[in-house]
Amino acid sequence: MDNLLSIITFIPAVAAAIMAVFLRGDDAAAQMNAKWLALLATSAAFLVSLFVLTGFDPANTEMQFVEEYDWILGLKYKMGVDGISVLFVMLTTFLMPITIAACWTVTVRVKEYMIAFLLLETLMLGVFCALDLVLFYLFFEAGLIPMFLIIGIWGGKERIYAAFKFFLYTFLGSVLMLVAMIAMYWDAGTTDIPTLLRHSFASGDLAVLGFTVVGGFQTLLWLAFFASFAVKMPMWPVHTWLPDAHVQAPTAGSVVLAAIMLKMGGYGFLRFSLPMFPVASDLLAPLVFWLSAIAIVYTSLVALAQSDMKKLIAYSSVAHMGYVTMGIFAANQQGVDGAIFQMISHGFISGALFLCVGVIYDRMHTREIDAYGGLVNRMPAYAAIFMFFTMANVGLPGTSGFVGEFLVLVGIFQVNTWAAAVATTGVILSAAYALWLYRRVVFGELIKEALRSITDMDRRERAIFAPLVAMTLLLGVYPALVTDIIGPSVAALVTDYQAALPISGVTQLAQH
Amino acid sequence: MTPSDFNTILPEFVLAAFALGALMFGAYGGKDKVAPTLVWATSGLFIALALFIGLTGSGDRTAFGGMMVDDAFARFAKVVILTAAAAILLMTQDYMQRRALMHFEWPVLVTLSVVGMCVMVSAGDLMALYMGLELQSLALYVLAAMRRDSAKSSEAGLKYFVLGALSSGLFLYGASLTYGFSGATGFAAILSTLGQGAPAGLIIGLVFMLSALAFKVSAAPFHMWTPDVYEGSPTPITAFFATAPKVAAMCLIARLVHDAFGTIPGQWGQVLAALAVVSMFLGAIAAIGQRNIKRMMAYSSIAHMGYALVGLASGTAEGVQAMLIYMAIYVTMNVGTFAFILSMERDGMPISDIQSLNMFSKKEPLKALALLILMFSLAGVPPMLGFFGKFYVLKAAVDAGLVWLALAGAVASVIGAYYYLRIVFLIYFGKDSEPVDSTMAPVQWAVMVAVSAIMLFGIVNLFGIEPVAAVAAQALVQ
Repeated sequence: MDNLLSIITFIPAVAAAIMAVFLRGDDAAAQMNAKWLALLATSAAFLVSLFVLTGFDPANTEMQFVEEYDWILGLKYKMGVDGISVLFVMLTTFLMPITIAACWTVTVRVKEYMIAFLLLETLMLGVFCALDLVLFYLFFEAGLIPMFLIIGIWGGKERIYAAFKFFLYTFLGSVLMLVAMIAMYWDAGTTDIPTLLRHSFASGDLAVLGFTVVGGFQTLLWLAFFASFAVKMPMWPVHTWLPDAHVQAPTAGSVVLAAIMLKMGGYGFLRFSLPMFPVASDLLAPLVFWLSAIAIVYTSLVALAQSDMKKLIAYSSVAHMGYVTMGIFAANQQGVDGAIFQMISHGFISGALFLCVGVIYDRMHTREIDAYGGLVNRMPAYAAIFMFFTMANVGLPGTSGFVGEFLVLVGIFQVNTWAAAVATTGVILSAAYALWLYRRVVFGELIKEALRSITDMDRRERAIFAPLVAMTLLLGVYPALVTDIIGPSVAALVTDYQAALPISGVTQLAQH
Repeated sequence: MTPSDFNTILPEFVLAAFALGALMFGAYGGKDKVAPTLVWATSGLFIALALFIGLTGSGDRTAFGGMMVDDAFARFAKVVILTAAAAILLMTQDYMQRRALMHFEWPVLVTLSVVGMCVMVSAGDLMALYMGLELQSLALYVLAAMRRDSAKSSEAGLKYFVLGALSSGLFLYGASLTYGFSGATGFAAILSTLGQGAPAGLIIGLVFMLSALAFKVSAAPFHMWTPDVYEGSPTPITAFFATAPKVAAMCLIARLVHDAFGTIPGQWGQVLAALAVVSMFLGAIAAIGQRNIKRMMAYSSIAHMGYALVGLASGTAEGVQAMLIYMAIYVTMNVGTFAFILSMERDGMPISDIQSLNMFSKKEPLKALALLILMFSLAGVPPMLGFFGKFYVLKAAVDAGLVWLALAGAVASVIGAYYYLRIVFLIYFGKDSEPVDSTMAPVQWAVMVAVSAIMLFGIVNLFGIEPVAAVAAQALVQ
C-alpha cells in the first residue's frame, strides 16, 4: 500500500465526518454510538499504523512510505516518516483509543466532543507525517482549533481564560514560524522538507538594525522557530499557559495535550531547528541548556507548592520537557536518543498520571490534594497503579522514565557538565514532589467523611491503564525496542549536524 | 459599430438593455409590486450571463478600436462579479421585503452598477474606464441612501457621494496628466510611449489615478468613507458594497497598471506595496475597537484589500493570479458572512451589535458552526480557504523579491485574527444572555451553509479555480 500514512491520518477525520452527518439526537443511545464509533476509528487507525511499524526499515535513514501528489497553488501534498517521526505516529495512534475510552463518562455534547478528538488525531498525525513545510504548518496550526474548543467548551470553571491563553500563546509563536517559513522558501526556493534538510542556509554574520547577528540568517530563522516550538514544548519562561490549560481541560484533553501535543514542539526542534540550522543550534545551545536547567529545577520547586493535583503534574511535565530540550541540543547520539525516548515515555507516563487524577476526579469532583487522603484503604488497585506511575515519573530504574532521563544526562554531560549537574538535581526534586503527592493522596488514615464510600476502579478503568503499564514496563526493561528504530536516523542526523559545523564541531570532538 | 464590436460587448449590452427595460416595466407596470419579480429576473439574467461568459468565452477580442477588451482576465472578473451580485440579490430578498425596502429601483440600480463594473474590467482606454467607474459609482451612491427616511442612510449616501466625487476629480486630473504627457488615452498607446522613457508628469498622473482607485477599493489611507457607509447603509446594500464593486475596482487597478504601465512595474509597484501595508495594518488594528459588526466588516474589507494589493504589487503574472484567487475567495466569504449578518435581529428589529452574539451556539449550533468556519476563514487560519488566499498572495510577493511585504502581511494577519476570534469567543463562550434571533430565509441559510462548506472543502483543489485564474492572469500580463 502506497498511501498508508494518508489512510492512518484520515481515518479519524472520515469517522468524524460520518458522525457529523449521520448521527442524530443527543440521547443516551446516540451518545453510546458516538463513543463506539470514535473508539472504532481510533483503534482502526492504530491497527493500520502497525503495518507502518512492521514495514518500517530502521536501517534506512531516508524518508519511508513517501507519498507525493500535486496539490493546489503549486504546493505538494507530501507525507512520509523516518526513524525520528515514526514513533510519534505510533504514540499518537496508540494513545488515542485509550483517550477515547477515558472519556466514556462524559455526557455533555458527546458527539461534538468525539468529533473534536477525532479531528485532533488527524491533525496531530499530519504534523508528524508532513514532509512539506506548508502542509506541516497547516496541520500544526489547525490543531489549535479543536484543542481550543475542547478546553473552552468541556473544561472547568476558568476554561475560557485558559482557552484564550492557550490559543494566543501558541498562535503568536506559530506566526513567527510562518514568517520564518516564508523566508526559508525565499532562500531555498522550495517547501519540500527533505530538500530543505539538505539545503544549507547562510550563517555568515549579519547586521540587523545596527546589531551584528552572529550566525546570521540561520540564527534569525532558528529564533523564529524557537519561538513557536518553545511555546509548544513548553520551555521556561513561556510555559505559563500549560498549567492553566491543563487544570481547566477535561481529563481526556489533558491526556492528549500532555502526551501528544507537547511532543510537537520536540519533534519540531528535531525536524527543523537542529538539522536545518546547525550553526545557529550550536551557537544557541547553551541558552537552551540553561533555560532547560532552570525549567527542571524551578518548575520542580513550583510543583512542590501546588495544591491542585493537575497543576502539580502539569509543572512536572514542564520539568520533564526540560530534559527533552537539553537532550536534543546536546546533539550527540545519547542526548537525542534520550530526548526521543523521554518524549515517548513521557507520553505514556504523563497520560497515565492525568488519567489517575481523572479517576478520582470523576468520583469526588475535586482536584484539591487536601480533599483526599487514605485512599489506599478503599481503593487498593488504584493505589497500586498510581504508585507505579508515580515511580515511573520519578524515573525509577525498570520503568521507561529512567531510560530517557539517564540517556539525556549522559548526553548532556559530554557537552555541558554544569548544566548536567543542575539538571540532575531535578531527579531528586521530582522524587520529592511526586512521592509527597502520593503520600498525601493515598496514604494515611481515611478520615475524610466524603471518601468513606469511594469505590475502586471498575473494569473499564483498569482496562485503560493496562496497556500503559505494559508499555512503561516494557520500554523500561527493554529500551532497545525504541532505540533500535530511532538509532540509525539519529546517527545520521548527528553526523550531518557535526559535519555542518566545520570549526566548532572539530573542537568539540577534540575536547572529548 | 461592426458586428464584431457588438459581439464583444454583448454582455454589457444585454445588461444595459435589461436595466432600461426593467426601469420602464417597473415605472409603468405597478411600481414596487413587481420588485420581487424583477429581483428574480435580474439574478436569473446575471447567472445566465455568468454561465454564458464563463462557458463560451475564449480568446482575446477588442471592440471600438481598443476601447473595450474582452480577454480571459475580464471574463474571470465578470463571472465573479455577476455571480456575487446574483447571490446578494437572492439572499437579501427576504430582508428587503420585511423592511419595506423592496423598491423596484433596487434590482435596476444593481444592474446598472454591474454594467459599470463590467465596463471597468473590460476597459482598454481611459475614457471607457472613467465611464464604467462613474456608472458604477453613481448607482452605488443612490443605493447607499436608499432608506430615505433614515438619517444614517442619507448620511452614508451623501458622504459616499462627496468623497466619491473627490476621488473622481483626482482620477480625471491624473488621466488628463497622463493624456498630456503621452498624447493618448488608449492603454496600448500609453504603453507604447513608455518605450521612450517615462516623464515625471506621467508618473504623477499614474499616482493620482491610483489614489482615486484606491479610494474605490477602500485601501488605506483612502478608506475613511468605508466604515460610515457600511454602517449607515441598509445591510443588503452593505453586503453588495463589500463584494462585487471591490472585485471590479481591484481588477481595474490590475488592468490599468499592467495594460497601460506594464513596462514600469517599479513605479507603481511601490505605490501599491505602500497602500497594501497601510491597509493591512490599519484594517487589522482599527477593527479591534469596533462594537458594530458592520463597521468591523468594513475594516475587515480594508485589510483584505491590502492583501489583494500585495498580489498586485508583485507585478508578476503569479501576483495577478494570486489577486484573482484572493478576490474570489474574499467575495465568497463575504457573501456567506453577510448572509448571517442579514439575519441578525431582535424583536423584529435588525441589530448589528457584536455583543448580541453572546452564546449564540447554544441557540443555533449549526449556524454557529458555519459562522465559526467563516470567521476562521476570514482570519486566515488553516485549513480554511482564507488561509490559502493569504498564503498565495504572500508567496507571490516572496517570489517577486518583496520579502518584507510578505513578512508584514504575516504579522498583520495575526493582529487581525484577534477580532475574528472575539466573535467566535462570543458565540461559543460568551456570557449567558439572550442571544440574537436569527430568522433566516431558506436562501440565506443555504448560502451561508454552502459558503462555509466551500471554505472547508476548498482545501482539496480550490474547486479548480486555480488554472482558470492562471489563464486570466496570463491574458493580462504578457
